[in-house]
Amino acid sequence: MDIDFIANILFATIRMGTPLLIVAIGELVCEKSGVLNLGQEGMMLMGAVVGFMIAFHTDSLFIGFIGAVTAGALMALLFAIVTMHFYANQVATGLALTILGVGLSGFMGRSYVGEALASADFQIPLLSSIPFFGKVLFSHDLLVYISIGLAVAVYWFFKSTRAGLVVKAVGESPESAQSLGLSVLKVRYLAIVFGGAMAGLAGGYLSLIDTPLWAENMTAGRGWIALALVVFASWRVERAVFGAYLFGFMSIMHLVLQSFGLSVSSNLLATLPYVATVVVLVLLSRNQQRIKLFAPMSLGKSFHGAH
Amino acid sequence: MFAIRKYCLFKVLIIGLLSLGFSTIAFAKDHDPLKVAFVYVGPTGDAGWTYAHDEARKYMESKLGKQVKTTYVENVAEGADAERVITELARAGNKLIFTTSFGYMNPTLKVAKKFPDVKFEHASGYKRSKNVGTYFDRVYQGRYLTGMVAGLMTKTDLLGYVGSFPIPEVIRGINAFTLGARAVNPTAEVKVVWVSSWYDPGKESEAANTMINMGVDVVTQHTDSPGPINAAEKKGVYAIGYHSDMSVYGPKAHLTATQHNWGPLYAAKAKSVLDGSWKSEDVWGGLSDNALDLAPYNKAVPKHVRAVVDHAKSLIAQGKLHPFAGPINNQSGKQMVPAGKAMTDGEMLGMKWYVEGVQGKLPK
Repeated sequence: MDIDFIANILFATIRMGTPLLIVAIGELVCEKSGVLNLGQEGMMLMGAVVGFMIAFHTDSLFIGFIGAVTAGALMALLFAIVTMHFYANQVATGLALTILGVGLSGFMGRSYVGEALASADFQIPLLSSIPFFGKVLFSHDLLVYISIGLAVAVYWFFKSTRAGLVVKAVGESPESAQSLGLSVLKVRYLAIVFGGAMAGLAGGYLSLIDTPLWAENMTAGRGWIALALVVFASWRVERAVFGAYLFGFMSIMHLVLQSFGLSVSSNLLATLPYVATVVVLVLLSRNQQRIKLFAPMSLGKSFHGAH
Repeated sequence: MFAIRKYCLFKVLIIGLLSLGFSTIAFAKDHDPLKVAFVYVGPTGDAGWTYAHDEARKYMESKLGKQVKTTYVENVAEGADAERVITELARAGNKLIFTTSFGYMNPTLKVAKKFPDVKFEHASGYKRSKNVGTYFDRVYQGRYLTGMVAGLMTKTDLLGYVGSFPIPEVIRGINAFTLGARAVNPTAEVKVVWVSSWYDPGKESEAANTMINMGVDVVTQHTDSPGPINAAEKKGVYAIGYHSDMSVYGPKAHLTATQHNWGPLYAAKAKSVLDGSWKSEDVWGGLSDNALDLAPYNKAVPKHVRAVVDHAKSLIAQGKLHPFAGPINNQSGKQMVPAGKAMTDGEMLGMKWYVEGVQGKLPK
């Protein structure tokens, strides 16, 4: 096994982990504010299809991404209105959002199936030619760096900003937050829409960068995996990032081990990413006290305070 | 009371109108076109499996003109939903119904029992009845030819195959591809990676990437998305498509593809229903029946390669070349098919071992 080979595996790990990371970070912020949105898959698919449609007509990945983010955010806005003004159950509404997204994206993208985008490559000029590290760290698409930047920003946001504290307070006890004069609805709106925008961005990453094409249901369950990651990472940004890359790494190993001729059932190997990620994250977060510390207390509960 | 009476009157009126309609239909029976319906598992624009069936539907219409009238229902989930859709189509007066996915096998048979005067044709299945026939194309012939293309185009002598699930249909394709490649390039070997899915663009392309990183320079697939083609294009190596021409996803990479060509079969089946000669049978059409074809070659495929492959293609079509003709060894070098003999259809349909030249063990 040579060094190039390891570099290739690590490179692919980051590429596979990135969409999960983006969705997970968005959902983490949303859940920290006390809102459980199970509609990730639907928002991702809408982001993927709208991003592809726009990029296809404008020939601009950038405008495509703006479309993807907007589509995800609009879906989330719908969720926010239904759950916060009509007090609909968050779980049911989230599931409905997924079903809506799957169906609507399939319908909208109908005539775009079988179309291709010119794939654009982005590499950092000098750094990407460094041996090993250049390949692993500096030859990705721009979005990979943006996603890492976003993760760092969200980490810092919760750790050392007042706004981060406000979001956490709203997620812990919206009543107390309101009595302190904080606007629960405003905070939750922002958090939900941020989550949707990130899901849309991740969808765009799939349909514009990873495999530049639109196909029905192309997210193939990644939204659900990201949702599970947030819980298993016990709502901590650094663990969600780690979990996303671990999942990516294990997904790659499923393929790499086979190409080495390992004679284990491929179906069994295919479960590897799920099993490994759950086991590792559960072991990491096995301390009940610590979980309580990070889990938003009012997660999934409607807030009936005054508007 | 008045409302109810009005409603009753309305109902009688409708029934009257309907029976009038039926009687006119019965009257005009001799001149009515044969109603033919199609049930698709995916969208018609999937650039793959369903697309090929819909092209064939259009071909049948263009061949038989006013003699037939076709309808189709797309995105029909396999299982209970399929049974509902097939029943509705039979009830709507369709006399020939094509159900084009393996999972429609049992629903088709169930509905066929209730509609004995409707003929059914089920793709890729193995269960038949009095009014249910089955059909498929000899994809392995195309696999053998595309294997030759790959064997002649590779520089590393290492070819990659993205597989879905290790079932005989897929294994047969891998073996045919390998035999074709080694017929023109005895040192060529084939790597296989299973993605455990028929359809996951991201994973399929990552599987292709993994193999390309290990030195593979021609990738092919038995999955349904253009993911692998896309990966090959990005990495600057070659790819061979499946189901239909996928060159739009890799203008430089896409060398050719094995394409289904159901059109002639569909037209023939409709004709046999029209003239009353239809019978339940199993059709496994090959190059000789024009049931499949290769997609147009890429510019990168040189003349001498085309000549070799085209020659083999005409030999297969004439029945002079059989992709699974002996001597064929398995991976451990044991002779499975002796020289001078070819595998029977039954043996090919149950294939569960790799030929020499495939790397890795077949997952159980």
